[in-house]
Amino acid sequence: MATPQVLAPRTPRKARSNFEQNSWLFMRFSGVLLVVLVLGHLFINLMRGEGIHAIDFAFVAGKWTNPFWQTWDLMMLWLAELHGVNGLRTIINDYAERDTTRFWLKSLLYLSAVFVLVLGTLVIFTFDPCLDPASTLDVCQK
Amino acid sequence: MDVTLKIRRYNPEVSEDVRWEEHTVSMQPTDKVLDALHKVKWEIDGSLTFRRSCAHGVCGSDAMRINGRNRLACKTLVKDVNPDQPVSIEPIKGLPVLKDLVVDMEPFFDAYRSMLPFLVTTGNEPTRERLQSQQDRDRFDDTTKCILCAACTTSCPVYWTDGQYFGPQAIVGAHRFIFDSRDEGTDQRLEILNDKEGVWRCRTTFNCTEACPRGIEVTKAIQEVKRALIFRR
Ligand code: SF4
Ligand code: FES
Repeated sequence: MATPQVLAPRTPRKARSNFEQNSWLFMRFSGVLLVVLVLGHLFINLMRGEGIHAIDFAFVAGKWTNPFWQTWDLMMLWLAELHGVNGLRTIINDYAERDTTRFWLKSLLYLSAVFVLVLGTLVIFTFDPCLDPASTLDVCQK
Repeated sequence: MDVTLKIRRYNPEVSEDVRWEEHTVSMQPTDKVLDALHKVKWEIDGSLTFRRSCAHGVCGSDAMRINGRNRLACKTLVKDVNPDQPVSIEPIKGLPVLKDLVVDMEPFFDAYRSMLPFLVTTGNEPTRERLQSQQDRDRFDDTTKCILCAACTTSCPVYWTDGQYFGPQAIVGAHRFIFDSRDEGTDQRLEILNDKEGVWRCRTTFNCTEACPRGIEVTKAIQEVKRALIFRR
């Protein structure tokens, strides 16, 4: 004979999730970091030396042979993308009223984020200024 | 002086349509907007419906949108609402309108109730009172002043679009107990407010602080709860 089932505790505690708290904190910290990263980036690229005229494929390739700039740009890419995505996620939560709208908007958002992050990361590590064999850049004239 | 009230009327028993009605009444500059509404109701159109009880800013029943801002009609003087122009009067936003200026407050009270707005303790009751130092009492003094008028919650843009959000008032109500040294329900309340629809939905818009007729620093209270969540344990 089956033993009578003991009911589960009447108010099962929801697994505690700090997701919203962490995302809120992430926005604050990434925001501060991004101010430094982005302003630094703008200064180095647009103002120092010849400024904006120095920028070409070679300049970018030169920067990305240096692990320091690779890390800098990688951090900037990930932080900015996640910061922006999280902000949009919040806006969708606030303003999309129907569950299905919300679902599709968010799916689109996350998909685009994955795309940008994968592509961006790939480019930072595999950038080749001489990919085009007909390139006329100095670095490619060996 | 003559004041024109532009009142948003809605009576689902007659028609689903909303209409704006203008009435001009003669008032003293130092009369309250509530007096003007009374004059309309008592002398011009008895069907005008609104809530009020104390008429002195104590009961919190007559929050409404006056010239686009949430205020208590009984605490707003006619001379302060630019009476040269028609003064617009609407129900507070974000809660279902039942009739004219009367809204269904249940969703608002539900949010408040889910904050356990009562003293939670364990162990034996003390024979006399639960003592508290003046300092400990001052810690949550600001949020004890709330009269549940809903002016803050219905001024919040997040609440307008997402009725799931507990809203500023519920957080004020929770704050009053979270920072009370005699209370032991802090963890439960913080857990409720850590939820998806809790304090993290606040965007520090400051509409609530501006709306509160009691001058409660609502946004600050919300931030203090956030801080308590981050630094707890
Ligand atoms: S906090 Fe202020 S505005 Fe909000 S319900 Fe209480 S008294 Fe009204
Ligand atoms: S009527 Fe009581 S607060 Fe205005």
